[in-house]
Amino acid sequence: MEGTPSDAELVAGCRNGDQKAWNELVERFSRYVYAISTQAFRLSEHDAEDVFQEVFTRVYERLPSLRSDDAIRPWIGQMTRNCCLDRIRAGGREVVLEEVDEVEANDEIAELDEAFAVRQGLANLTEECREVLDRFFCRDESYRTIGDELGIPPGTIASRISRCLDKLRAQFLGRDSNSDGRNATTSPSTE
Amino acid sequence: MTAYNEERLGELLGRLPAAPAGWVAAAQQLPIARAQLDTLVERAEADAAFRATVVADLERALLAAGVEPKPALVDHLRKRLTA
Repeated sequence: MEGTPSDAELVAGCRNGDQKAWNELVERFSRYVYAISTQAFRLSEHDAEDVFQEVFTRVYERLPSLRSDDAIRPWIGQMTRNCCLDRIRAGGREVVLEEVDEVEANDEIAELDEAFAVRQGLANLTEECREVLDRFFCRDESYRTIGDELGIPPGTIASRISRCLDKLRAQFLGRDSNSDGRNATTSPSTE
Repeated sequence: MTAYNEERLGELLGRLPAAPAGWVAAAQQLPIARAQLDTLVERAEADAAFRATVVADLERALLAAGVEPKPALVDHLRKRLTA
């Protein structure tokens, strides 16, 4: 596989027992699974870790039954949602379960679907852009820290971020928010 | 049509922080762990005494086989040995 493999290529690689494909698949969806459990369902880190491992175990076991290789993102999303609800029920926390507003959770998941699509767009940017954007937006690092870590003058970080965001935005111009990109799917989840 | 501005893009990027590295590594090790687990199950099926030891303490058996006893793996082993 050259460049960034599509979701379907990754799934095909995993089915053939390619460990590198599996590593990449886990890497690609790890943030998504983590975010659903901790943001949409607000699980504790302990419960979120169990859900995380359970989801990837199910993915590994059930990958052969996935009907459309391109549909892996909504498939994983739905699986994560179900695992979170199972986890809450298994804890016997009826009160907590009542507090889980499924409509709100689904709205959160829809937002995370969109975030996933945008994140996939990073694959088409330079390594430097990916690093700067990830450090600033995902790791909350300051201009000074980013500058020190990457050997870039801190005074230029803001303009670099702006330039990288412009390149990222260009990928989405003229595209409907519900359309599929190579790896950027935003369709509703179905398992 | 999507009208992303810088603020919205930044907000969306920030919604997906990295999962803890240890979790990711454990999930990536799953195929290897499963292979080790297969070996463990095969041995348990061939050796009743070993099987009893494994069933008595699944976590310890997994650790002895070099597999971190994550709940999902323990459940999987339990199901396979009690099936």
